[in-house]
Amino acid sequence: MSSTHSRTMYEKIWDSHRVHHEAGQAPLLYVDRHLMHEVTSPQAFEGLKIANRKVRNPHSILATLDHCVPTKDRDKPIADPIARKQVETMIANCQFHGLNLYDMESPNNGVIHIVVPEHGFVHPGMVTVCGDSHTATHGAFGALAFGIGTSEVEHVMATQTLPQEKSKSMLVQVDGELSEYCTAKDIALAVIGKIGTAGGNGHVIEFAGEAVLALSMEGRMTLCNMAIEAGARAGMVAPDQKTYDYLQGKEFAPKGDDWDLALAYWKSLPTDANAEFDTTVVLHAPDIAPQVSWGTSPEQVTAVNGTVPSPDSFGDNNKAQACKSALRYMGLTGGTQITDIKIDYAFIGSCTNGRIEDFRAAAKVALGTTVAPGVTAIAVPGSYHVKLQAEEEGLDKIFLDAGWEWRDPGCSMCLAMNGDELKDGERCASTSNRNFEGRQGKGGRTHLVSPAMAAAAAAAGKFVDIRLLPTS
Amino acid sequence: MEAYKNHQSVVALMNRNNVDTDQIIPKQFLKKVERTGFGVHLFHDWRFNPDGSDNLAFELNNPAFKGAKVLLTGDNFGCGSSREHAPWAIADYGFNTIISTSFADIFYNNCFKNSILPLIVSVEKLQALMDEVSAKPGVAFSVDLEKQTVTTPAGNDFSFDIKPFRKHNMLNGLDDIGLSLMHEDKISAFEEKQKQALPWLWRQA
Repeated sequence: MSSTHSRTMYEKIWDSHRVHHEAGQAPLLYVDRHLMHEVTSPQAFEGLKIANRKVRNPHSILATLDHCVPTKDRDKPIADPIARKQVETMIANCQFHGLNLYDMESPNNGVIHIVVPEHGFVHPGMVTVCGDSHTATHGAFGALAFGIGTSEVEHVMATQTLPQEKSKSMLVQVDGELSEYCTAKDIALAVIGKIGTAGGNGHVIEFAGEAVLALSMEGRMTLCNMAIEAGARAGMVAPDQKTYDYLQGKEFAPKGDDWDLALAYWKSLPTDANAEFDTTVVLHAPDIAPQVSWGTSPEQVTAVNGTVPSPDSFGDNNKAQACKSALRYMGLTGGTQITDIKIDYAFIGSCTNGRIEDFRAAAKVALGTTVAPGVTAIAVPGSYHVKLQAEEEGLDKIFLDAGWEWRDPGCSMCLAMNGDELKDGERCASTSNRNFEGRQGKGGRTHLVSPAMAAAAAAAGKFVDIRLLPTS
Repeated sequence: MEAYKNHQSVVALMNRNNVDTDQIIPKQFLKKVERTGFGVHLFHDWRFNPDGSDNLAFELNNPAFKGAKVLLTGDNFGCGSSREHAPWAIADYGFNTIISTSFADIFYNNCFKNSILPLIVSVEKLQALMDEVSAKPGVAFSVDLEKQTVTTPAGNDFSFDIKPFRKHNMLNGLDDIGLSLMHEDKISAFEEKQKQALPWLWRQA
């Protein structure tokens, strides 16, 4: 309980959602929005069935099929019988419980954290959960959004609540103006590079500062999406006019008189002037260069004009060992210029960078280029809506002319559950969020970058400092 | 959920930091609709050679660790995904206790839903425990959840913290959902209040 009158946005949302708290129990937090996909839900539905319980508030749920779905040949049945069963199970469960599911035939289908904002389903001040760690994405709307496990998915369906311990609060302030070549993705990677993958453990992060305010809503989604990679429970950005403009008119946004009521409520949410955070981290946006991860953890990242570190450059023995292990897996040597690292694959997509602005940025770089010999490049729009809009803008043609594959939506190569994957030893410039060993395929070597950086790498066959590209 | 019973068990040592959920349970195994049968896939990419035989260099394949119920491991264990398949695999393999200096948030929460006790110790204590197991692989620790203690043959005993409600639920194998539904009237009361204060949230209900 705050001892002063001033509260952070996190505290305000926390306080207003406490249903019950008794000594010896965790506080029970109300959940406004529950997002679902096919991978983390089947056992939860099964649990409901066994206990003879029903979904308490079907209207609070929005579901999609994204992790296992193919991004090409979607007119054919899913090849993998286990994945096919998982998808069929989701469809049957959603039908049984009357849940809104964007299945593969729906024009709204796509990656959960892309389609939810498209329809204005999460608003400022909402507690939002999903059986998916990148639920943090929706913090961009000033919502308290976090990932949960399957048992908790079942709990939320049955009770519309979750027992939750309150987290500490961390302010990540990004001052100054970001270079025109850098994006929210680069801010995110720079933050994780600075505080580490455990830096945010036990905290909810609020991102603030000039550079964060300057981000578009899609940029803020990219930034909050990556909060989990810093170990945080959630990442949030205070709602402002950009947020309201984004939401207005969307399918699930309040309408008419409701809009004015909602707006007044949303405007009460931002952190109070004198509120205190448990931890504060400051970054200077002008210091941030386009980032490239070199290792097997998102914290193993450097500027594109930098080099792969050697293990002995780390003072901390744990970090030195981690570097050694990562270099071995990644097939890299300390001292190598990032811009000398050749790639085999480029992937633009994922809940981190699968939105229209991401494809615009990548297309700008891809225009007039050709994918380098030996490189496979796939562009996976985050939803059918993103795909359609990109096609209206002619972006698909830019990618296709350059030799990219233009796919249907899905999580795709972010975690390679659907057949889109790297072969052992293949190196990928990827706009996804994790570079763990085997993430994109056994032995696959992932380098996390922004969309423009992925497009430049595909054309050059290696990483490129996009600040040095000739401007057209 | 099964109740957690005090036990004395062999400790398996995995001296690695930042063990992530993609290593604990690779994504190709997440396609199942059942909750069971994940133990055979635990640490799959590290545990097995490409031909499917056991990778004898992998720590957990050390015969001295057979039957271990306690996993002793490095910092930030379980980082990455929210997939509860990770603790399912760990529990199904046979572990019911993990000792580390820190755990990723979501993974930590998920442990308590699966009768896995995640214990946090200091850096110094972890080193002492790891030294003990390295020196004598196959050594067994005694875990007493009721007393909140772990005792070891070499005397590296320690007490651990655990929230009272978590301890109570673990000791009694209590179902979280049943417990929450005992407050159904409060949930309904909250919803009535919200319908008045924030009516736009309930238009589609």
